[in-house]
Amino acid sequence: MPGLEDLYREIILDHYRNPRNRGELETPPAVRVEGFNPLCGDEIVLYVQLDADGTVDDIRIGGQGCSISQSSASMMSAAVKGKTVDEIEQLTRAFKSMMSIHESSLEGAEHDATDDADLTEVKLGDLEALRGVVKFPVRIKCATLAWNTLSQAIDEGSGD
Amino acid sequence: MTAAGISRLEVAPVRSQFPLLSPSVDRRPIVYLDSAATSQKPQSVLDAMDDYYRTCNANVHRGVYAIAEEATNRMERARERVRAFIGARSAAEVLITKNATESLNLVAQSWGRANLRASDAIVLTHMEHHANIVPWQMLAAEVGFEIRWIPLDEQGRLDLTDLDRLLDGARLLGATAMSNVLGTLNPVRTLTDAARDAGAISVIDGCQSVPHTSTDVVAMGADFVAFSGHKMCGPTGIGVLYGREELLEAMPPFLGGGEMIRDVRLDGFTCNDLPWKFEAGTPAIAEIIGLGAAVDWLEGVGMDAVRAHEVALVEYTMRTLGERFGDRLRIHGPTDPLERGGVFSFDFDGLHPHDISQVLDTHGVCVRAGHHCAKPLMRLLGVGATARASVYVYNDTTDIDALADALEAAGSFFAL
Repeated sequence: MPGLEDLYREIILDHYRNPRNRGELETPPAVRVEGFNPLCGDEIVLYVQLDADGTVDDIRIGGQGCSISQSSASMMSAAVKGKTVDEIEQLTRAFKSMMSIHESSLEGAEHDATDDADLTEVKLGDLEALRGVVKFPVRIKCATLAWNTLSQAIDEGSGD
Repeated sequence: MTAAGISRLEVAPVRSQFPLLSPSVDRRPIVYLDSAATSQKPQSVLDAMDDYYRTCNANVHRGVYAIAEEATNRMERARERVRAFIGARSAAEVLITKNATESLNLVAQSWGRANLRASDAIVLTHMEHHANIVPWQMLAAEVGFEIRWIPLDEQGRLDLTDLDRLLDGARLLGATAMSNVLGTLNPVRTLTDAARDAGAISVIDGCQSVPHTSTDVVAMGADFVAFSGHKMCGPTGIGVLYGREELLEAMPPFLGGGEMIRDVRLDGFTCNDLPWKFEAGTPAIAEIIGLGAAVDWLEGVGMDAVRAHEVALVEYTMRTLGERFGDRLRIHGPTDPLERGGVFSFDFDGLHPHDISQVLDTHGVCVRAGHHCAKPLMRLLGVGATARASVYVYNDTTDIDALADALEAAGSFFAL
């Protein structure tokens, strides 16, 4: 049976106690998006500022939630600052792959292992600490909340 | 009855009738403290449903052959058991639905749509479950009537100071008999009397009260009472709407189809008598029979005994958690055990409910984390979510002790 240490690595608790990038940004030019976890009790508010060439200039996080959702959001914010939209898309896929979520298989298509070939190069850094979440399926939605909300924010910010 | 009287010995004969709560080699022991979400089922309920499928599975109300007649008898006998359980005057007033949520949607779509206009107002409370909020909001978006809200006091009880003003010109009052978040027991008779005096009907959410205390819908003075079978030791997929016969007769049907008609021609239909007018399609026959068996089981324990047991457990819980944790743990809702049922939403050590319930799970303790389908109430409490422990007839003081031990472990694990 997976233990609590698998889920709650020290780095997660650190990001939970000292979350990075809390606050707000002026909208516009930043985009503001809210996200809710279907496992109710987590809410996130993301402020994302993209510059003209599709790089995340700045990002802030608001809302309240569990240690997993909050630390994932904090780690995400640190990981995406200064990255391009394309790099973030890669990072998101790599993170979700770690959570055993393969977007293509959600649409019913067979998951092709070659899709992940390019993901092995993506460095997850601190985010690796969330690897244990996979053993607690109900908490996966806590971990991915920030990332799903970020994707939404980027779509809106890019005018899609 | 004192808390000291609730030992594992007393509850043991009750507990032993619940397969999921009995020791098993296949899994670790479960300390089940989430009966407010759904209750465990005694063997007799499982047997009743299984027996229907094995020995008299047939469609009801239309068969001439023996097992069809037996199935019909068992189902209507179950309805009669429910009628007696809640003190309704007639079986015509006991509608079978899918659950309390469907019951409340039925009132909104059938009574509400026929009776409410844009110039009207209805009154709800700030502690309502979404099931007694959203159907009204959906209807209000179409019809345009106003929704007013009874506020709460600092102990999570209804603040009735302005009740008469809120009810002035209102057509309906919707209120829960017992809060699924705060445990607050509301003064139902006071509310229904005030509604009647103002010319409003009353719609009572009995989901937490009907399983936990004896119910007399006539004494409650309510026009409608909704509750679910799965919270009272019955199966999922079955609920009840009690409605005063005179109101139900005047209401248009809810769902259309078979069973609810008397005649159907190419140019129209006529309705069946009550209660079947509001029961379209093949009913959840096994589940109704299961609900009847659940009523029998609860009557066997006695609802007064169920309530007395709960009062003692409430007192024990509040004392134990208070002694062990002091300021670290805050239970929302009334402080007087007699003003509340056995539902405890709490904050602990500033930990998030997901994290609390995660640690508790590793100790086999089952509590719920979230907004409990009461987001307006959560906002009022200033929290996004709470952890919630709830007790029922099969819990005892050792379950509360296990909860406290697991909370201690959670506190240590996350200690800053």
